[in-house]
Amino acid sequence: MAKQMTYSEAINDAIRLAMRKDENVILIGEDVAGGAEVDHLQNEGAWGGVFGVTKGIVEEFGRTRVLDTPIAEAGYMGAAVSAAATGLRPISELMFNDFIGSCLDEVMNQAAKFHYMFGGKAKVPLTIRTIDGAGFNAAAQHSQSLYALFTHIPGLKVVVPSSPYDIKGLLLTAIFDDDPVIVFEDKTLYGMKGEVGEGFYTIPFGKAEIKRAGKDLTIVGIGKQVYTALRAADQLAKKGFEAEVIDPRTLSPLDEDTIINSVKKTGRLIIVDEAYPRCSAATDIAAIVGDKAFDYLDAPIKRVTAPHSPVPFSPPLEKLYMPSPQKIIDAFSTMVGDNVFTTV
Amino acid sequence: MQAGTKAGTKASVGDMTVEKAKWIYKKMQEIRQFENTVHGIFEKGEIPGFVHLYAGEEAVAVGVCAHLTDSDNITSTHRGHGHCIAKGCDIDGMMAEIFGRSTGLCKGKGGSMHIADVGKGMLGANGIVGAGLPLSIGAGLTAKVKKTDHVAVCFFGDGASNHGTFHESVNMAAIWKLPVIFVCENNGFGEASPFDYAAACDRVSDFAKAYKIAGETVDARNLQDVYEAAGKAVQRARKGEGPTILECLTYRDYGHFEGDTQTYKDKDVQEHALQENDPILRFQNYAKTNEWLSEEQMKAIDAEVKTEIEHAVKFAEESPFPEPSQLTTDVYVSY
Repeated sequence: MAKQMTYSEAINDAIRLAMRKDENVILIGEDVAGGAEVDHLQNEGAWGGVFGVTKGIVEEFGRTRVLDTPIAEAGYMGAAVSAAATGLRPISELMFNDFIGSCLDEVMNQAAKFHYMFGGKAKVPLTIRTIDGAGFNAAAQHSQSLYALFTHIPGLKVVVPSSPYDIKGLLLTAIFDDDPVIVFEDKTLYGMKGEVGEGFYTIPFGKAEIKRAGKDLTIVGIGKQVYTALRAADQLAKKGFEAEVIDPRTLSPLDEDTIINSVKKTGRLIIVDEAYPRCSAATDIAAIVGDKAFDYLDAPIKRVTAPHSPVPFSPPLEKLYMPSPQKIIDAFSTMVGDNVFTTV
Repeated sequence: MQAGTKAGTKASVGDMTVEKAKWIYKKMQEIRQFENTVHGIFEKGEIPGFVHLYAGEEAVAVGVCAHLTDSDNITSTHRGHGHCIAKGCDIDGMMAEIFGRSTGLCKGKGGSMHIADVGKGMLGANGIVGAGLPLSIGAGLTAKVKKTDHVAVCFFGDGASNHGTFHESVNMAAIWKLPVIFVCENNGFGEASPFDYAAACDRVSDFAKAYKIAGETVDARNLQDVYEAAGKAVQRARKGEGPTILECLTYRDYGHFEGDTQTYKDKDVQEHALQENDPILRFQNYAKTNEWLSEEQMKAIDAEVKTEIEHAVKFAEESPFPEPSQLTTDVYVSY
């Protein structure tokens, strides 16, 4: 059984299912309900998060399990970490991933380290939900895609779901995983509709999805960039080239096998990532493939990413900042060594 | 308690001059008309991104900045338009920035949430709650090390008073006796959460006692109260007598951001704040009572400001977007 849902509704559905299944699951963050202790609202939430994603959850579960926090990221993220270590299974919402600057210690030095540092005797079953992505004119401090920062850190798992179906299954996996997991929700995907399974289901971490099969080129698209990759693949198909498009779905763990097996077949790899290019997920994947599948490559690996620059506010600059199908086609054109694609 | 529920007036004249009163009235009008105009244009979908409006809080920015010069620095918040105007930022450049045009104060790269004009001592609106607090003490440190009499003012919200950076910054400013005025704009809400829920303290100024510095809470829908308290705080800072927490009780006339449904607001309180407790109406009454400004003079200022704002919108609309080459400029000074 499946039904049409938005990405946002799929998240809401997953959180409710998890909270019904396990009373140790709590939701904590800034205005995840909103309007706390406002008399006329009674127990109703005012917001349900800044994009309304968690709307209605406080009405079902009450304010003991749905906690609006002060604007105090270090405080509530630290609380979520140790609540996880002492028996709860918190879902902690970091309103924008850019705000990690205010609570990186709690994630990087506490959540990520407990299990290892304490000799495997402690666990931190924490899920951090956070909003990333450019394309919303939200400027330099509300538009970054910082998943590489967390992929770098051992002890954290990193999830970048691109569809309503995936976000629901991956979020449920995250919530019931015993390690700290950070789930990136691209703000431009919230309204996207798609088929979502009814009831409880999980999607395993470290399993990429082949979105489109092909033999001439492998394109790995991270998060919403998988759609940019698919659009480029459609255009390439018109010129007789079949691209295989892969959505890694999780960056840590990373499904290296699916990517490498695809490259062995196609001999060419483009990685599409809207994050900054240096020390990025795109760069990491390129290094892994260079390391493990060099002999199969017919051309240098190409990365289509943002430039090494903060996200600009002005709409035309932001558009230019993002990967595009044309940029992918241009990269492919240099890989095949001619200009047959300049007319695409 | 919210400032919106407070009534009562205070007819003290202090060191107010006619010239100062004119400047104050004009700045308050500029902020109000600027924000109302941005509100209207945003509703039509012509402004991209997030916008947070300052209308209703004018007396804070203006009452404080009335004591500052271009050499004094301020730090601001996501709700920064009012601070920019009060600190003397160019209105055409501000509007163009909000429109994302190359003629904007930040060349269109920052937008509403990041308007800055360092030359005017405006160290930037800020997208991160609590970020302005440590930045303000840095500006205070510069003044102290360089032995100037410049001061730094940190405008921050009641929401940020619960942030660790508030306590770290106030403590450091206190132990180093920095020339910083911490101006808490307590508008009753941090985003969609009431102050009374999110803060355990009664008053943000209560922390002054713990950090052994000066602290005061004023009715900031009343320009004169802010003006007087800020004057004393700035004077203390200039004389090397250390920081002050000045808590300004006010009200946010619009939502947290444009598009906010504001269901968390009490309608009666909002009505009272907007109609009987409007800081501009209250200042108009003062100005008339004290014979600083006549009704006609104020109407003339209103009209002058209207023309300025219309000019700013036209300037913004007619300005070009940044060239593609601007995408990767200004990332570093040199690289």
